[in-house]
Amino acid sequence: MSDYDFHKNHFELLGLPPRFHLDSARLDQAYREIQAQVHPDRVAHLGAVERRVSMQWATAANEAYQTLRDPLARARYLLHLRHVDTQEETNTAMPTAFLMEQMEYREAIAEAKASHDAHALERLEGQLKEKIVHHLAELERALDQAHDDAAAASLVRSLRFLNKIAAEIADALDALEQ
Amino acid sequence: MALLQIAEPGMSTDPHRHRLAVGIDLGTTNSLVATVRNGISVVINDEQGRALLPSVVRYRPEEAPQVGYAAQRAQSEDPYNTIVSVKRLMGRGLHDLADAGNLPYAFVDAPGMVQLKTACGIKSPVEVSAEILKRLRERAEHALGGEMVGAVITVPAYFDDAQRQATKDAAKLAGLNVLRLLNEPTAAAVAYGLDNAAEGIYAVYDLGGGTFDISILRLSQGIFEVLATNGDAALGGDDFDHRIYCWILEQSSLAPLSAQDTRLLLTKAREAKETLTEYPEVRITAVLSTGEMVDLLLTAQVFDALTASLVGKTLGPTRKALRDAGLTADQVKGVVMVGGATRMPQIQRTVAQYFKQEPLNNLDPDKVVALGAAIQANVLAGNRVADDWLLLDVIPLSLGIETMGGLVERIVPRNSTLPTARAQDFTTFKDGQTAMSFHVVQGERELVADCRSLAKFELRGIPPMAAGAARIRVTLQVDADGLLSVSAREESTGVEASVAVKPSYGLTDDDITRMLKDSYVHAKEDVHARALREAQVEGRRLVEATQAALAADGDALLSAAERADIAQGVSALAAALEGSDLAGLKRAVEKLNGMTVEFASRRMDASVRKALSGQRIEDVEC
Ligand SMILES: Nc1ncnc2c1ncn2[C@@H]1O[C@H](COP(=O)(O)OP(=O)(O)OP(=O)(O)O)[C@@H](O)[C@H]1O
Ligand SMILES: [Mg+2]
Repeated sequence: MSDYDFHKNHFELLGLPPRFHLDSARLDQAYREIQAQVHPDRVAHLGAVERRVSMQWATAANEAYQTLRDPLARARYLLHLRHVDTQEETNTAMPTAFLMEQMEYREAIAEAKASHDAHALERLEGQLKEKIVHHLAELERALDQAHDDAAAASLVRSLRFLNKIAAEIADALDALEQ
Repeated sequence: MALLQIAEPGMSTDPHRHRLAVGIDLGTTNSLVATVRNGISVVINDEQGRALLPSVVRYRPEEAPQVGYAAQRAQSEDPYNTIVSVKRLMGRGLHDLADAGNLPYAFVDAPGMVQLKTACGIKSPVEVSAEILKRLRERAEHALGGEMVGAVITVPAYFDDAQRQATKDAAKLAGLNVLRLLNEPTAAAVAYGLDNAAEGIYAVYDLGGGTFDISILRLSQGIFEVLATNGDAALGGDDFDHRIYCWILEQSSLAPLSAQDTRLLLTKAREAKETLTEYPEVRITAVLSTGEMVDLLLTAQVFDALTASLVGKTLGPTRKALRDAGLTADQVKGVVMVGGATRMPQIQRTVAQYFKQEPLNNLDPDKVVALGAAIQANVLAGNRVADDWLLLDVIPLSLGIETMGGLVERIVPRNSTLPTARAQDFTTFKDGQTAMSFHVVQGERELVADCRSLAKFELRGIPPMAAGAARIRVTLQVDADGLLSVSAREESTGVEASVAVKPSYGLTDDDITRMLKDSYVHAKEDVHARALREAQVEGRRLVEATQAALAADGDALLSAAERADIAQGVSALAAALEGSDLAGLKRAVEKLNGMTVEFASRRMDASVRKALSGQRIEDVEC
């Protein structure tokens, strides 16, 4: 029985080239065009089969869109298509300098929290964002130009940590606001 | 190559025939039904010209239940048999109801959803809600004078799976075909957005009788995309009444109240609250059954102070929704006010202050949800409309599975766009283990105990293997109604394990069947006749849809043999529709359904291909 063809990858489904660099306006457009065709609201009055097929397609379109829209998830997914394991759970060996930096961030967050210093948190947030942008640029080079998958996997692991710290800062800012 | 001719999916074959569908706002305090007539969404009034149906049901021995105004009038006189605000009980256990002690009902403490002892026996909140829906269905059928294709029923955006499922079950009991469960703020956004051709980021602030929702939406090019939603499924106008009620008790030294007097004072409190929307003060007077007198003056200032914490309670969810949407308050272009309780001046002030703009009140806050639901029902029923739009809604609360130590492994994050599915792998911990049990919960907290239990299920038939060798993939699928279904599969052998889900607060199919039977005691129609009628509606729908699909794409997408097969299935079903053999009819539907899976997939594939063909081909190919 062929319901939704789960062999289609996210790029194929959305009609986009399989690379890290992304035209996000085109991604949005493709996603909207597909949902306009497959969304369960289009077939709500039809039979059980149509409704099920539609749900599978719309689910797949949502998954593809969420994955490709988020740079970290997109990089991870591209590596997965290239059969590269990002080893995010197993490989925790990080360069010492990177680990030091992390500790510094965590200390700075704790300090700012203790002294209710929203400005300090916002400053940290700004710094971190810059760093993330820089990492993403390197990731694009590694994936699209150099085709250095090992370097890309390592960047994915670093970015994961940076995102975690960014979330901690956002949480701290949120807590201060209340 | 010639482009394929694809009929717009979901469009009626006969464009001239209007399919009747309604939108129902099943509210805590008031319920409404609306429909689209001549392209305009209108509320269907009762015979006395009233739009609202109070969500109150009174059970009387040996008689059909009273619903609406008559029941509302009887509430102080017959409190135990007159159920108000039943929506607050949907999908809830007795221990969930913080204020159960204050509610003047005879609760039955059973595992699962709370139940109420009434003059007509024990009733589930689902049955009580079904009475309200039945009344609205009758009102609509009477006014429309034709066969109804189905209904869109609205639910608070912040309703969890158990509450949604209970609502859908109530609709089933009331004999309604549910086209969709639609989130109340989203329904309001449809009514508002289509009216105003709005574009940009909007917040919908919905404070009704019993629930609070805040949704952040992006409206653009005909797409209503919910970015985030939050709320409190147990905060509404009722709680403001309750503050006044407590104040009355504090101010007067009354003997312990009977259930009758409690209802009386709650009603007085509500009237006082509504008066304070217009006037700076209100006099509250009542004579209790004990002969005691209540005579008090409540000023708006005191009322504000009494309820400041309730007003404040709406801002936490508002902040969280904005944060989840990645936005700040100043990026919001308009704030749409929904729900009767948003009429209170302190709510208007607080919202204006928070968003630094005057909120939008140009639609009737009592009706806007039903009007939006009707607009959506009209499209879902397959009627053609001038401008096309699409709703993309989200799941309000994360879904997870219990792991070691009572912790939750989050699987579907909140605010995921629906429909969505997420999978997680588990393994066995004993050699030769063939069964495994799971506990699905909903909520944002880390401990299972702090989340809402949805269901427990057991997987059986796992092939015996060494401990840790099995790879069991559990998939949580959430459909467009926000309802969960679970499937599981052992990946290394491909064995589909059977899943028997036991809902924690929901009803089993057996419960529903029993309730359905019970409800026929006072009805003319019998269970079998209704089942046959429902199967016929479905059968006719299937024949029509399949014929339309064959006419549109049969040549392009099917071989001659496949086409002949399906045509034969259609004829067989058409023949079964002539008779009154329920089992035979169901078999014919099943058979045709089975034959058309492949065709439906090919059609979907072709329509997606066509939609994307506007894009540059060289990119698609690479
Ligand atoms: N003029 C008014 N001033 C203050 N409150 C009002 C006014 N009119 C109605 N309300 C309150 O609005 C609430 C009912 O609102 P609404 O009909 O929107 O709720 P509902 O749809 O039944 O509930 P929910 O959406 O929570 O399920 C009641 O608490 C009622 O007292
Ligand atoms: Mg409401």
